[in-house]
Amino acid sequence: MITANEILHSIHVGLAGAITNEMLLAITEMALVGITLLGSLVCLSFFLGYMERKVAAFMQIRLGPNRVGPKGSLQIVADTIKLLFKEGLTPTSSDKFLFNLAPYIMVVTTMLVIAPIAYTKGMQIWDINIGVLYVSSISSMSVIGILMAGWSSNNKYSLLGAMRCGAQIVSYELSIGLSLITIVVLTGELSISGIVESQANGWWLFKGHIPVIIAFVIFIIASTAEINRAPFDLAEAESELTAGFHTEYSGMKFAMFLLAEYINLFIVAAMGATLFLGGWMPLHFGVDNGFNHVMDYIPGFVWFFGKTFFLIFIIMWFRWTFPRLRIDQLLNLEWKYLLPISMVNILLATLIAIMGWHF
Amino acid sequence: MGIGSYFKTIFTSVRSLMSGMKLTGYYFTHHKEIVTQQYPENKAKGELILPERFRGEVIMPHDENNEHRCTGCQSCELSCPNGSIKIITKQALQPDGKKKKAIDTWVYHLDMCTFCNLCIEACPTQAIIMGQEFEHSVFDKKKLKKILNEPGSQVKAGVE
Repeated sequence: MITANEILHSIHVGLAGAITNEMLLAITEMALVGITLLGSLVCLSFFLGYMERKVAAFMQIRLGPNRVGPKGSLQIVADTIKLLFKEGLTPTSSDKFLFNLAPYIMVVTTMLVIAPIAYTKGMQIWDINIGVLYVSSISSMSVIGILMAGWSSNNKYSLLGAMRCGAQIVSYELSIGLSLITIVVLTGELSISGIVESQANGWWLFKGHIPVIIAFVIFIIASTAEINRAPFDLAEAESELTAGFHTEYSGMKFAMFLLAEYINLFIVAAMGATLFLGGWMPLHFGVDNGFNHVMDYIPGFVWFFGKTFFLIFIIMWFRWTFPRLRIDQLLNLEWKYLLPISMVNILLATLIAIMGWHF
Repeated sequence: MGIGSYFKTIFTSVRSLMSGMKLTGYYFTHHKEIVTQQYPENKAKGELILPERFRGEVIMPHDENNEHRCTGCQSCELSCPNGSIKIITKQALQPDGKKKKAIDTWVYHLDMCTFCNLCIEACPTQAIIMGQEFEHSVFDKKKLKKILNEPGSQVKAGVE
């Protein structure tokens, strides 16, 4: 079976044959990776946009987009072209520099977070040894972009949305961190590839007993809040704040926020899949048995994207079912429920890790 | 808040959220529940289904003898909130030689009608009903002024 490692190695050898200068080779490879990443992320957000609209439609007993292209699949492309041609308006009394900078900050932060995610064995842009710490620290930087957008718009709705969003992200960061630490405690590693390797004899969701299941549920709830999706979409609550922090944005700058939102959705789902559902690791039970060998025939790529899209579907399911929380209910949920529970939970997980009770 | 009610809140809220997700999950997997009608195509295929009480336009049914049920009482005209109905009456000669009030023309201004159904409610003899036809677009506004009683029609015997 051809592995991703071999493909990447053959590309490297081919390039090394053509470019002899080592510095130039490294730069070329970086540029290739960057272009591939950008292209695939745009395709991904197209697909996620289409998926969101279809899932929403079916859950509300509608058909959804069904005119442009087969089953409406080109609708999102048409919408993007429309956004490209629209005027990118900058309000007169806004802080123009910050206003124009904010969407790029949002996109750059999400692009940074995607670096250490492992797609399949050996296919990872940056195998950093503190992967989990890196993801959780960089992803909290997106609040800067949101606050910047809200502040510089010089609009009360934008500012209110941005402030709510700041409070929300800062609070929910804690539960996300604690639920990630549960896995880090059990694994004893911070690198993404190490965490995936540790699940070769079963995913943590099955190996770690009840504490990991609770951590998983808390992770899903808190990450839904972290990426500002319904039922936690207070930052852009349409009925109260028109569109929250991106009220004043139009055209391509608005599309940037949309792109960042969908990539963030992908990232949290990918992190959940990596930490709790084994990333690209196939479904294994125990060590070296027939079942594991059968599962190994399905490539890691398929496993990773299958799990990720399953989690994305769950988050979309939340969005089209639950009513939006009020700001005080939102903070109640975090500080009175999720945080105490995850603190007790991490104690249990530590006990399990010390006593070696996990499988 | 006691520790018991703390956990009770968690369980009841999770249960109620789950019941909501069960319903949306059911709709997601059962596409036959979809209510969307794809309008121009389904009309060509003859699959356009309109509800029984759909309000397309006011019509006056005539039977095979070209007789309607309108006595010319003008209740509909009085009940119409925006004056889209105008009834011109005449004194019709009866077979026994007596004269009786009957309609001459029943004028319906479709362009002013809001389909509020009040004229149908007001009619004591069920002479007018709501029809299912809804494609009313025309190039000339004058075409929206309609005369509902057919030429030469008269009121059905026995309708008072």
